[in-house]
Amino acid sequence: MSNAAVTASAPATNSDKSILARLGAAFVGRLVIIVPYVWLLFFFLVPFIIVFKISLSQTAIAMPPYTPVLDFKDGISGFFAGFGALSFDNYAWLTQDALYFNAYVTSVIIAAISTVLTLIVGYPIAYGMARAPATIRPTLLMLVILPFWTSFLIRVYAWIGILKPEGLLNQLLLATGIISQPLIILNTYTAIFIGIVYSYLPFMVLPLYSSLEKMDYSLIEAAKDLGCPPTSAFWKITFPLSLPGVIAGCLLVFIPAVGEFVIPDLLGGSQTLMIGKTLWNEFFANRDWPVSSAVAVILLLLLTVPIMFFQQAQARAQEQDK
Amino acid sequence: MNTTWSRFNVTSIVLGFAFLYLPIVLLIVFSFNESKLVTVWGGFSTKWYVSLFHNQGLMDATWVTARVGVISATVATVLGTLAALTLTRYTRFRGRLLFSGMVFAPLVMPEVITGLSLLLLFVAVGLDRGFLTVTLAHITLTMCFVAVVVQSRLVSFDRSLEEAAMDLGATPVKTFFQITLPVIMPAIVSGWMLAFTLSLDDLVIASFTSGPGATTLPMKIYSQVRLGVTPEINAACTILIAVVAVGVIIASVANKRREVQRQLDERAAQRG
Repeated sequence: MSNAAVTASAPATNSDKSILARLGAAFVGRLVIIVPYVWLLFFFLVPFIIVFKISLSQTAIAMPPYTPVLDFKDGISGFFAGFGALSFDNYAWLTQDALYFNAYVTSVIIAAISTVLTLIVGYPIAYGMARAPATIRPTLLMLVILPFWTSFLIRVYAWIGILKPEGLLNQLLLATGIISQPLIILNTYTAIFIGIVYSYLPFMVLPLYSSLEKMDYSLIEAAKDLGCPPTSAFWKITFPLSLPGVIAGCLLVFIPAVGEFVIPDLLGGSQTLMIGKTLWNEFFANRDWPVSSAVAVILLLLLTVPIMFFQQAQARAQEQDK
Repeated sequence: MNTTWSRFNVTSIVLGFAFLYLPIVLLIVFSFNESKLVTVWGGFSTKWYVSLFHNQGLMDATWVTARVGVISATVATVLGTLAALTLTRYTRFRGRLLFSGMVFAPLVMPEVITGLSLLLLFVAVGLDRGFLTVTLAHITLTMCFVAVVVQSRLVSFDRSLEEAAMDLGATPVKTFFQITLPVIMPAIVSGWMLAFTLSLDDLVIASFTSGPGATTLPMKIYSQVRLGVTPEINAACTILIAVVAVGVIIASVANKRREVQRQLDERAAQRG
C-alpha cells in the first residue's frame, strides 16, 4: 500500500500532503486491526476471565450475589492476598452432586445423537441440491437459508403445536388409523432430537452442499464404468470427498447443541436434563452465580477441543478459497 | 457439467423442504384460527392480530427489539467489516491467532456461556442492565457473523482493481471507499441483515444481559409460551416471519439486479 502512496505523490508540490496522507493511511491501517481487536478482547475474552474468577468465589446473599476475590481495590498486595480466598468449593460441589455430572453426560450424548441424525437427514438434501440443474441451485440454496432467517424461538414453538398429545401429528395419525392411542412425544428426549435436527439442519446442509458442489462427478462415472456398484462408489468416492463439509457441519451442530437451552426447555419439559438448562436454572431460579459460573467453565473446557477443531477447519477452508 | 438428477435426489429435496417448511406453514395457518385452541380449526379470523395490537406489553417489547436490532446490527456491521479486512489483508501481525480465534469462537459458543459471561462483565464494571447492555451484547455476538460473511467476499476479491486505483493516484483510504467498499457492498448488506435477524431472534443472551424496561420480543414470547400456546403468539410470530421474509426477498432481488448489472458492465468493458 505504501508504495502506491509514493506513486501518488509524484507531483513535487503535493509531497507534504502525501506524507500526511501516508501517515494517515498507516494510522487508519492500524485502526482497522485495533478497533475490532480491542472490542473482542473486552467483550469476549475478558468476560471469560471474569467467569473463571467468579467461579472461584463464595456464594453470598447480596447484589451481586457473590463475594469478590482478586479485587484490585486494595492495590497489588490486596490482589495477591486475594489468592488465599480462592476456593474450589463450587467445583467440589459440582462433583458431589450427581445431577451436574449426569447433565453434562446427557448433553454430550444428546448432542452427538442429534448430530448424527442431522447428518443423516441433511446429506441426501445437500446431495440432491448439488446434483440439481445449475439454474435452480441458487433458488434451492435460498430455500435452505430462508428458515434460518425466521426466529429460532418461533421454529421451536411451532413444534409444540405439532407434537402435543392433542397436537396435529397425533390428530393426523389417529384420523388415518395408524395409531389408536395418542403418542407421547412432547416433553421427552425424542422431542429434543426432533427440535435439534429441525433447528440446526441448515447448518449441516450448507457446508455439505458447498463441498459436494465442488466435487467432480466424472469420478463416479469412471467408477461405474469400472464396475463399482453405486453404494460402494458412494462410500469410496463421494463421502471421503465431502468429508470437510461433513466435519464442518457436524461441529456447527454439535458444539451449540451441547449447551442448547431453548429446545430442551420448551420441547423437553421438566423431565429431561441438559447442562444449558441446568446453568439457566442455577442462575435465574437459584440465583447462585458462582456455581453457574463453575458450570460454564466446565462446559467451556468440555467444548475447547471441538471448538479448536472448528477453528482449524475454518482456517483450512479459508486457505482453500484463496 | 452433465448432471443426472435422479428420482432419489428429487424425493430427498422435496421431503427435506417439506420438513423445513411445514411447521412454519402450520404456525401461520393457525394464527388465523377463530378457535382459542391452537390445533383445532374453528374457522378463519383475524381477531388475534387485532388483540395483538392492543397488547401493550408486546408492543413495547417489539419497539425495544427493533431499536436494539437496528443499532446493534449497524455497529456490528462496521466492526465486523473491519475484522474481516484484518483477517484477509493483514496476514501477519502479533496476536493474529488470538484474533481469529475470537472471531470464530462466538459462532459456535453456546449462548448460555456468552450470555452469562457478558452479564458478569457488565456487573463487574458497574453497568446497569438494560437497553445499552443488550445492545453491546448483540454487537459482540453478531459482529463475528458479519466478519465471516464479509470475509468470504473479500477472499474472492480481485486485488488488482485496488492496485490499479492506487497506481492511478488514489490514496489507500480513497481506494477503499471508491473501489473496495462498492465491490463488497452486497456482502456488507447481507451481513447487516444477518446481524439484524440474529439480534431479533436472540432469547438467551438478551435474558442474561437485559434489565427492567428493556424486555425484548423473544423474552416476551418466551414467557408467554411457558404459560401455554395461544393463537396470539402465532399471530406475533407470523408478523415477525412476514417482516423478515419481505426483507430477505427485497435484499435478494436487489442483489440479483446488481449482479446482472455487474455482468453487463463487465461484458461491455471487455467488448469496449
